[in-house]
Amino acid sequence: MQTINFTTDADGIATLIIDVPGQSMNVIGPDFLADLDAAITRIASEESIKGAVIASGKDSGFMAGMDLKYFGSMLVSGEGQRPAPADIFDKVFVLNQLFRRLETSGKPIACSIEGTCVGGGFELALACHRRFVGDSPKTQLGLPEILIGLFPGGGGSQRLPRIMGVQASLMYMLQGKMFRPADAAMMKVVDQVVPQGTALDAAREWVKANPNAHTQPWDVKGFKVPGGAGGFNPAFVQTMAGAVPMTLKQTQRNMNAPIALLSAVYEGITLPMDRAIAIESKYFAKVAADPQASNMIRTLFVNKQAAERGARRPKDEAKAPTKKLAMLGAGMMGAGIATVAAQAGMDVVLFDRDQAYAEKGKAHVEAVLKKRLGRGMTPEKMTETLARVTPTTDYADLAGADFVIEAVFEDVGIKAEVTKKVEEVLGADTIFGSNTSTLPITRLANAWSKPENFIGVHFFSPVEKMPLVEIILGEKTGPAAIAKALDFVAQIKKTPIVVHDSRGFYTSRSFGTYVQEGAELVGEGVNPALIENAGKQLGMPTGPLAVSDEVSIELGVKIMTAAKKELGDAYVRQGSDDIMVKMTDAGRLGRKNGKGWYDYPEGAKKHLSPALGEMFPRAAEQPDVEAVKERLLYRQLIECARCFEEGVLETPEDGDIGAIFGWGFAPYTGGPFSHMDTVGIANVVATLDRLAAAHGPRFAPTQQLRDMAASGSTFYKPASMKAAA
Amino acid sequence: MEAYIYDAVRTPRGRGKADGSLHEITPIQLATQVLEAVRDRNQIDTADVDDVILGCVSPVGEQGADIARVAALNADYAQTVPGVQINRFCASGLEAVNMAAAKVFSGEAMFAIGGGVESMSRVPMASDGGAWAMDPAVAYKTYFAPQGIGADVIATKFGISRDDADAYAVESQKRAKQAWDEGRFKKSILPVKDVIGQVVLDHDEHMRPDATMQSLGSLKPSFAALGEEMPGFDTVALLRYPELEKVNHVHHAGNSSGIVDGAAAVLVGSKEMGDKYGLTPRARIKAMASIGSEPLIMLTGPEFVAGKLLARAGMTKDDIDLWELNEAFASVVLRYMQAMDLDHSRINVNGGAIAMGHPLGATGAMVLGTALDELERSGKGTALVNLCVGAGMGTGIIIERI
Repeated sequence: MQTINFTTDADGIATLIIDVPGQSMNVIGPDFLADLDAAITRIASEESIKGAVIASGKDSGFMAGMDLKYFGSMLVSGEGQRPAPADIFDKVFVLNQLFRRLETSGKPIACSIEGTCVGGGFELALACHRRFVGDSPKTQLGLPEILIGLFPGGGGSQRLPRIMGVQASLMYMLQGKMFRPADAAMMKVVDQVVPQGTALDAAREWVKANPNAHTQPWDVKGFKVPGGAGGFNPAFVQTMAGAVPMTLKQTQRNMNAPIALLSAVYEGITLPMDRAIAIESKYFAKVAADPQASNMIRTLFVNKQAAERGARRPKDEAKAPTKKLAMLGAGMMGAGIATVAAQAGMDVVLFDRDQAYAEKGKAHVEAVLKKRLGRGMTPEKMTETLARVTPTTDYADLAGADFVIEAVFEDVGIKAEVTKKVEEVLGADTIFGSNTSTLPITRLANAWSKPENFIGVHFFSPVEKMPLVEIILGEKTGPAAIAKALDFVAQIKKTPIVVHDSRGFYTSRSFGTYVQEGAELVGEGVNPALIENAGKQLGMPTGPLAVSDEVSIELGVKIMTAAKKELGDAYVRQGSDDIMVKMTDAGRLGRKNGKGWYDYPEGAKKHLSPALGEMFPRAAEQPDVEAVKERLLYRQLIECARCFEEGVLETPEDGDIGAIFGWGFAPYTGGPFSHMDTVGIANVVATLDRLAAAHGPRFAPTQQLRDMAASGSTFYKPASMKAAA
Repeated sequence: MEAYIYDAVRTPRGRGKADGSLHEITPIQLATQVLEAVRDRNQIDTADVDDVILGCVSPVGEQGADIARVAALNADYAQTVPGVQINRFCASGLEAVNMAAAKVFSGEAMFAIGGGVESMSRVPMASDGGAWAMDPAVAYKTYFAPQGIGADVIATKFGISRDDADAYAVESQKRAKQAWDEGRFKKSILPVKDVIGQVVLDHDEHMRPDATMQSLGSLKPSFAALGEEMPGFDTVALLRYPELEKVNHVHHAGNSSGIVDGAAAVLVGSKEMGDKYGLTPRARIKAMASIGSEPLIMLTGPEFVAGKLLARAGMTKDDIDLWELNEAFASVVLRYMQAMDLDHSRINVNGGAIAMGHPLGATGAMVLGTALDELERSGKGTALVNLCVGAGMGTGIIIERI
């Protein structure tokens, strides 16, 4: 498979056009490596070749990073076993050596960048002697590897700091932040920004005019890293000493890649380039050898993209994009959904009982759009988008809508009434979605004459920011409804998961256990600061008590009371029930009334309330933080496993994506199911048995987990591990 | 074999800034002058000195390349006298004495000098770099945070408030002033002279005897920004001490040790060598010890090294008449008093580094000399002297007056 089209012109300038067949974007795979190897050999050895330019043959951009299938194959050897870091090093160092050969070929090499140039593609550009970029708002450059648990492994961690200075380069690499062309030029990361479509000519001209410009700055004797580097440079020392706590603030001690990146820069920056890239490859191999990177890549990249491309969509259903959305309820959720729908080009009828509420909802849309002015939003586009939103109190205005989403008050009776009225206007063939977060979809579907056309579409707040939509299937929900809902989610560019009906569905139900376990710990007299820190150390975005205050303790009690009423004797009492009630009885409702687990003094930072010490006397013996972390983690894991066993979840992919993007479950794990697989189901069961014995049956492992442990099976099939890794 | 202290001498402490009196005096000069004084005050033939051990915490630049050996040469010691520079951070000066004593105990030395030097105005703290803070893998693995953060964590964890710390500092200033007024340090103080023989400093010039709760109250905490904002070392502290909701930043320039210049030396020897020169031993060394403790909180070592010392000496707390602990930060001493159940009246009776300053490499030898002088002045018998140490250590000694 040919990936590089190699030509030479009358001036002796070679042109390498990268065009990897069968890919929408150029990626680095074995064929490309072989072709680049051969091209470098020609450039270096043929006297008639005076220099070379590298460009892309694709409209999508210059090049992205490694082909993940190829990368995955490096991480698995033999019987699905993970290879040792030394074996991975041998493979990943090949790329580094190749780029090094390119920059030391003895001929000037320039690259022409039009469009996306990220990861390994950007590292290829950094190994060229000159970088020309076509100016376009679509052009992005950068090294985002950190976002999927890796760090730049094609020389990027060594070349970028030598070009732009250590501190600035770390800011980009540690956050996976992208450069716009102008910023890149300002920071000398690229040499020249030229009008779109002219980068190749500019690159060629430069090579022609500079036949001797074939040495990288770092290969010139006396080279100094901009801003200085090394143990005797105070600025460098300060940067390094500060980088660790700054990284820990974001990752606690959970992510391998950022610290490895820092070490690669720290140890490599004063070395000659040949040795520097070897240091980089060694740290890269160490990170890649850990399951963390594969787990993160699988969930955050591969499976997330697959979900967005319709992995769960019924194959036989025709595309059914929504043109006109009937949005019922203009409260916070309704207005948020209206915003993203209008932005995606849909007409939105924003219905509420009261015209003032409906108008207020539209005002929210306007406020969100205004904030985006200058950031991809123009005044014209804003006017146009706003014009698509029609606030109304008249059911008749819903006519012509091809999709309905209901976000009215969380009450079965009220919802049923609204549902019936909508059916009178639109008919039961229209797909009806409910944004309920707690009420059973199967029950709500009774109000729609064709329950097969009724589906749950659970959004998260704030809608504009939260990436996930949880699609919930009632007992009778049919394929047309699923297709419609998933097409809608694709239109608004969010990530869907598909689950089955259950109290709290998948995300609210599982997330709830995190809060409940936090409350139980308080009830046992565990130091609340320890609980909160344990939650954060676990990799959750906030402690269980802080998040409980945010969603309100009162709401938790309401949901619990409703469940009790409905289930009667079947209700399984939780230890946290009484504790939550004790809190609300004491008037501690959460952040909304300034009094919850925390106190919220005006004009000062919130702090854990001393009242907790009086209400729940501190136990004389306090647990170790690891024990608290374990309870907060395993309480979630077992609930996720129950969802899987009960059929609420059909796939571990949904479970992992939903956990990370729905309630911020520790992203470094790749999700609860990836985590259980990595720990080993037998180990998970042993831990759960121990926790159940010590803390109660809520931790008891399910039969399915026991069976899996006995048979040595995993949630993900070994094959999917390989493909994903 | 027994080891005895025959003499202890120290320079006054100069403010460690460009306007400090000792800023024009090179560290080699500070070390040279105390070594000359030890020789001259005791009329010893330096050929009998088997080693000179000097602590120095930033042994680079003009403090680099084994300042102990070069100072001995510069002080006109016999060329047969070797010298070695050591670094146990803040306890270097005492560690040097302990090593000197160990050489006497073992019979390797008959006379040995332990001491230290630090010109913090000329060679700034941390000039020597080090892997602990700057190597990301190491800083990550060992939970590196700067010392001031550790001191504030001590305060937070052990319920020491800003007022407690300030009150301690005010008292330290008061005691130091009284000690100077009554001439309690005069046995040890060696005025520092310049190149033409003029005295440039004859007293500790860092003191602020007029400090009050009110004046200290206006000072801003020194480590709040470092901890809470950039780069945010409190994150690391809470990872290590998850029982804390946050770090209470109580320390500032007024309740932490002062940055100063100075040097000190202690003459340790055997009974026979004292007899040879007709010297009367001033104290017997009963026990020496160092320990390692949790490095992030860093400065809780003293209580543990005190326990080890007492066990080594076969003594109990009640056998100690006088306690001396370097005042690195107010919380360090307050925590030590808490842990050892010590009344303030028995410890640091003549003030300490909060008032007079902490010339890193030299302080250990200085506080030992201060305790020795006080035993003699008050007629008391035993003293336990120790220091908290960077990276989580403690170094101490028990001496007994003869």
